[in-house]
Amino acid sequence: MRASTALRTEGVVKHYGGVHALDGCSLTAGRGQITGLIGPNGSGKTTLFNVITGYARPDAGEVYLGDTRITGAAPDRVFEFGVGRTFQLTRIFPTLTVLENMLVPSRNGGTRRAMEQLEFMGIAAQHAEPAGTLSYGQRKLLELACVLVAGPAVILLDEPAGGVNPTLAGQIAGRIRELNRQGTAFLIVEHNMEFVMGLCDSVTVLDAGQVVASGPPAAVRNDPRVLDAYLGVAVDE
Amino acid sequence: MTTAGRTLTAVKLAGLVLAAAAAIAFPWVFSNPVDTNYGVYALIFVTVASAWNVFSGFSGYISLGHAVFFGSGAYTLGIVARDWHVTGNGVFALLPLCAVTGAVIAVPFGLVSLRVRRHTFIVITIAVFFIFQLMAYNFSFTGGSIGVSAPFLAWSPSTYNDPFYYTALGCAVGMIALAWAIRRSRFGLRLRAIRDDEDRARGLGVHPMRVKLAAFTLSGAVTGVAGGVWFFYLTQVQPPSGFDPLFDLSVVLMAFLGGLGSIAGPVLGALLIEPGQLYLTARVTNGYLSEILLGSLFLVVVLFMPRGIVPTSADWLRKARS
Repeated sequence: MRASTALRTEGVVKHYGGVHALDGCSLTAGRGQITGLIGPNGSGKTTLFNVITGYARPDAGEVYLGDTRITGAAPDRVFEFGVGRTFQLTRIFPTLTVLENMLVPSRNGGTRRAMEQLEFMGIAAQHAEPAGTLSYGQRKLLELACVLVAGPAVILLDEPAGGVNPTLAGQIAGRIRELNRQGTAFLIVEHNMEFVMGLCDSVTVLDAGQVVASGPPAAVRNDPRVLDAYLGVAVDE
Repeated sequence: MTTAGRTLTAVKLAGLVLAAAAAIAFPWVFSNPVDTNYGVYALIFVTVASAWNVFSGFSGYISLGHAVFFGSGAYTLGIVARDWHVTGNGVFALLPLCAVTGAVIAVPFGLVSLRVRRHTFIVITIAVFFIFQLMAYNFSFTGGSIGVSAPFLAWSPSTYNDPFYYTALGCAVGMIALAWAIRRSRFGLRLRAIRDDEDRARGLGVHPMRVKLAAFTLSGAVTGVAGGVWFFYLTQVQPPSGFDPLFDLSVVLMAFLGGLGSIAGPVLGALLIEPGQLYLTARVTNGYLSEILLGSLFLVVVLFMPRGIVPTSADWLRKARS
């Protein structure tokens, strides 16, 4: 069982004052799989990302990457363990050029790979421009490209299709699939259900800081607990 | 590279050669010690402003405590020359020790102050600055409020400034070359990534503490050397001159006026401000005038040219071309 998981959290608890952002959250992202993480606003998805990647310390619980315990490791260490992420509110380095942005995570002489990645995202023409001049959608692509070029074993994406046009969202999904075929595991937070259901091997549903359902997209879609979480009413079978 | 790009590079190169030739020829053309005096101070501050910029300009952490390194460099040279009985030209050979002092101080200073972000960092640097000034006043080996004097140099007054001028020029050129190399390196890229978004940089595997501390230490070492040259030239240091609260304000203004984070900016800023300040102090009997003007200039720069002369001019040039 252990060998088949890329990333695992066990009973993660995170409080902000009196708010239980995460309340015993146990989740598994399968090795070589694309796992979707869905749930209503405030259900703890981004907090879970922050706990996994070291931006927030859990009050209780553990995070494992494969068999390695990475609970509480700082973000730079987590990256070195092989976990990359993007942010819900897109974060780039605005005064660095687009190409320089790509070179921040690369280890040695990654200019060629960086340009290829930019080429794929369709922003190679702007490689010498300050990244701050890019449009919102282009920033989103740059942030994603920046993580992808580093080649981590597990990639956490916080709303990769948010604010991106459908054609581009399709291209991003294609890129994720391609990297997944090469062995990269993904954990994706996304509100675009079409995107999630079409892309993910399995979907985990979070509500009030706890996992309420997990399984193949088709099964989760019809799970009464999921409908309950999203619609806020009990649905009788 | 495009033709326009190649022309621009050629123009830049020609400008650099011209500037270097002018800097080397300066003491021959203006051989009056009054003039070379301006040159020595200007070059010392070119070195300091450039060193400050490599840390503060690149990383975005504004240090108001670089006088700690400058004063400690000055005191190091004075104390070592005094206690080891070094005289004459031999004192110049002690300058590397000033770099060591700067670096040795920068490590614990940085380990404490760089744990916090921007604004808090500024406050800590000011606090450390005052600790050093107080120490200089109160330790016996620093000579208390009398300070330390440099060994006498029996040189001809007409050419006395020249060795100092070329020493300072060497420091300035070395520091500019270093700044240029860092700007183009992975190290420089990481510093600038930290300036833009430190948390995001961490998530991409940048170790902020290591990168910031390395830059801070390097910057402190070079500033220490500049302090040593300044002391030997001036022949004395007291606590309020070595650890001068206006020192950091001047250096920050030089960098802001010229262009924070660029290579040429702090150099240009130092070349404009330091001689200007000296001139005003020498010509105007009211000693506070230059400080009032310095403060006013700071306001004007921050309000109307917040990015500094070099980046703003580059923008204008780019607009004019397109």
